[in-house]
Amino acid sequence: MILRVIEHPILGTLTDLKKVTLYFNGKPIESVEGEPIAAALLNAGIKVFRTTAKRHEPRSVFCAIGRCTDCMMIVDGVPNTRTCVTPVHDGMRVERQEGLGVVRKEADK
Amino acid sequence: MKTLETEVAIVGAGSAGLSAACQARNAGAKVLVIDENSRPGGQLFKQIHKFFGSHEHQAGTRGYVIGQKLLKKTQDCGADVMLNSLVYGIQPEDLTMGIIQNGKNCQLHAKKIIIAAGAKENYLPFPGSTLPGVMGAGAAQTMINVNRVLPGKKIVMMGSGNVGLIVSYQLMQAGADVLGIVEGAPKIGGYGVHAGKIRRAGVPFYLGHTIKQVYGKDCVEAVEIAKVDEKFNSIEGTEMMIEADTVCMAVGLNPMTELAWMAGCQFDFIPAFGGHVPLHDWNMETTIPGVYVAGDITGVEEASTAMEEGNLAGVAAAEALGYLSEQDAAEKKAAIVERLNTLRCGPFGEGRRKFKEHQIADMEALKRGEFVGRCIEK
Amino acid sequence: MIEKEGIIYTGFPSKEELMSCPGVPSEERMKKGRVAVIECVQQIPCNPCASACPMGAITIGENITNLPHLNEEKCTGCGLCIAKCPGLAITVVNKAFGEGEASIDFPFEYLPLPKEGDFVDAVSRAGEPVCKGRILKVKNLAAYAGTTVISMAIPVEFADTVRSMKRLPNPAVEGA
Repeated sequence: MILRVIEHPILGTLTDLKKVTLYFNGKPIESVEGEPIAAALLNAGIKVFRTTAKRHEPRSVFCAIGRCTDCMMIVDGVPNTRTCVTPVHDGMRVERQEGLGVVRKEADK
Repeated sequence: MKTLETEVAIVGAGSAGLSAACQARNAGAKVLVIDENSRPGGQLFKQIHKFFGSHEHQAGTRGYVIGQKLLKKTQDCGADVMLNSLVYGIQPEDLTMGIIQNGKNCQLHAKKIIIAAGAKENYLPFPGSTLPGVMGAGAAQTMINVNRVLPGKKIVMMGSGNVGLIVSYQLMQAGADVLGIVEGAPKIGGYGVHAGKIRRAGVPFYLGHTIKQVYGKDCVEAVEIAKVDEKFNSIEGTEMMIEADTVCMAVGLNPMTELAWMAGCQFDFIPAFGGHVPLHDWNMETTIPGVYVAGDITGVEEASTAMEEGNLAGVAAAEALGYLSEQDAAEKKAAIVERLNTLRCGPFGEGRRKFKEHQIADMEALKRGEFVGRCIEK
Repeated sequence: MIEKEGIIYTGFPSKEELMSCPGVPSEERMKKGRVAVIECVQQIPCNPCASACPMGAITIGENITNLPHLNEEKCTGCGLCIAKCPGLAITVVNKAFGEGEASIDFPFEYLPLPKEGDFVDAVSRAGEPVCKGRILKVKNLAAYAGTTVISMAIPVEFADTVRSMKRLPNPAVEGA
């Protein structure tokens, strides 16, 4: 399933995308440097970004402009990171956040 | 802690903020625009349709092109833009702002502050509305037009205002199928020409309907819609299932007023503008001297009106700092207000003009000591 | 589902709305040859069509929420207004195209685009397939700012009904 809009009638064709790799729960995912983590995950067909603390319900992107905090994940060890406004860099480690997430010490990352 | 100084500090590098920056900077003021995002332009870059209005409003030009032009104007005039910087507080006594920039705390002291923070999308609760795949229409628009990723391929749109209509069209332009537009009211809310584009593409309108429930295990799999009665409650026996992977909500926006509250501004409650909106005069100055507002924070309208309000605030701030003579400023402001008035006319705009006049009248009332905060519904 | 008529209920103008619309030319004029059909029936603040017309055939006046008025004698059917309308509400119709055929030029902003000579599904304002259309021209000038203008031949009896073509399947997003 391809979700990336390569050709667009108004915006033209995407060229020269700098491909980088992010790791979602340890699994490599091809993404584009600088795009929000949320976009990279949606493009890879990943829909569940976190689960809620009490009822363990799945959550994903809602507002995509950094307001609603529904898309928070653990990014490079930092929990509660808004993935819709955090740009991807090569080798980034993104994990699904279960509940509130905990700040891990450097040694545990 | 680092302390920065500027003459005009502007919160938000979107249509209103950048327009204000250009006006103030071109008049000679030192300007610093602060935005929490890594790119300037606010929501303009997801607007890929041609704007309405007249030549002076850049009618016929697509929103993202207007955004590119505005960015270039900002760069050319020499206004500073500080990105990745979140304004978390305003101290009204000395117009100092607290900012977190790339994770570090700093403060900014300004002579005038223009808050152009914009608006965020409303949410409509129903069973299943928290499932992944249910998102704001603006969110979907950001995904397809800025990030160039489809959030899904089979979309149900909730809401037939201009946002719902425009985003439905743009989702199809990006290659998705829109399976229907669900609208609680008995008629289409947005412009007929926008509705015409998607109707021609074969998209059905479910007027007088609502989403009863969204089904799915870990994400949207099916959407149950139903007819509603006059009180917008769903009617038993009228349910219908649509197989979809995405639900977009275009059910209005609300102004991001946190900083204005913090600064101590006085408010009206105007549902047509999205809720609480700060009082302001025709200079866009609020009840706190030196604090101005512009764009969707003053009442949710459109990018074209936001830009004009930004122009107004920028000119007024420059005038207050002595960079423009009273006469020069009056001429500039009169031209801007005239352009604003043309955008706020006709069956779709008159209402907004009336509410704006109420808001400004309440500001006058406050100056006379007669203001009581109120809800303006008519 | 029986729909109430009118643009606010269906998303397209009713016969009555079109009849009283000052941008829609007369039957006689359409039979003489190419002419703009401006199906703009709501007063919105917008006037790029007026400045787009090199013949001065479209007027809106001081108040920009006025509906555009077409002077059908001045209009040459050049089609410059088609892509200028932000609402994509303008087509150019020619009922004198020839041999029982009419032509319609309409704006189109989807991919993929059809090619000259292709047969496509011509659709009504409601998006219903009406007949086959033969693609005559596909124009994408810089001045159109991203909008493509497509000319299509259709049986003349459908000239008042057909307003666009069905979106073509997009191989890039197949397999939905």
